[in-house]
Amino acid sequence: MVEWTEFERDTIKDIFSKIDYDVVGPAALTRCLVVYPWTRRYFGNFGALYNAEGIMGNEMVANHGKKVLHGLDRAVKNMDHIKESYCELSQLHSDQFHVDPDNFRLLADCLAIAIATQWGSAFTPDIQAAFQKFLSVVVFSLGSQYH
Amino acid sequence: MSLTPKDKATVKLFWGKMSGKSELIGADALSRMLAVYPQTKIYFSHWKSCSPGSPEVKKHGKTIMMGIGEAVTKMDDLERGLLTLSELHAFKLRVDPTNFKLLSLNILVVMAIMFPLDFTPMAHLAVDKFLCALALALSEKYR
Repeated sequence: MVEWTEFERDTIKDIFSKIDYDVVGPAALTRCLVVYPWTRRYFGNFGALYNAEGIMGNEMVANHGKKVLHGLDRAVKNMDHIKESYCELSQLHSDQFHVDPDNFRLLADCLAIAIATQWGSAFTPDIQAAFQKFLSVVVFSLGSQYH
Repeated sequence: MSLTPKDKATVKLFWGKMSGKSELIGADALSRMLAVYPQTKIYFSHWKSCSPGSPEVKKHGKTIMMGIGEAVTKMDDLERGLLTLSELHAFKLRVDPTNFKLLSLNILVVMAIMFPLDFTPMAHLAVDKFLCALALALSEKYR
């Protein structure tokens, strides 16, 4: 089981109470699709994702970005049972979407960068460490049911 | 994943904007790497402190940025340009090359903080490609 300090718990709750889901979710997913173009293979039905402009203006990408970010809510509410909370989603990503789990880490990195553009220097090294630790647990959990 | 002329131009543009604050940027990126990935502290066990703001972190942040600055001037042939630095990291410092991407991510985070509007996904792509190419060149002499 993951051990969280009080600072880490408070930081995660604080980040998610202040986050603008409508901005950060789309920003993170957009960044992932632009910076790591192979991730586009999972969104074949989203229309034209041939270039950055196409991706940045794509409504399906934006909506999915919000959905993915809200997908973290269950981890925020259940920090002591994150792995269990993602059992079903992990199976889904493995068996139905066939997502290479290394891509979860790439999206997590893009999420950290998206938050950094929003928060600026308020995104201190300690806050970043807590946030990335939280994301790494979610990333691990999402890969846990792969076989 | 080689650098296009546009990638190189983007990197040079950002480097130009960063050059006046490179010490601060290097120290910030290094502090973040040490906080987010505590295992990287093993390479600095001889320091008194790995905390943000410590003199050792500031000094080493500056050293790292000077190395990156050198890489920016040698972007057309990173492998040859960074041979000496590669030998240093391979034979003397013996840094596991997997750590290069950990520092790269934190350089990108600092750039996102400094340039929230200009560090667009396209700019991020160009700088990430450059840092990956730099890490590859730095790994050249390992084996």
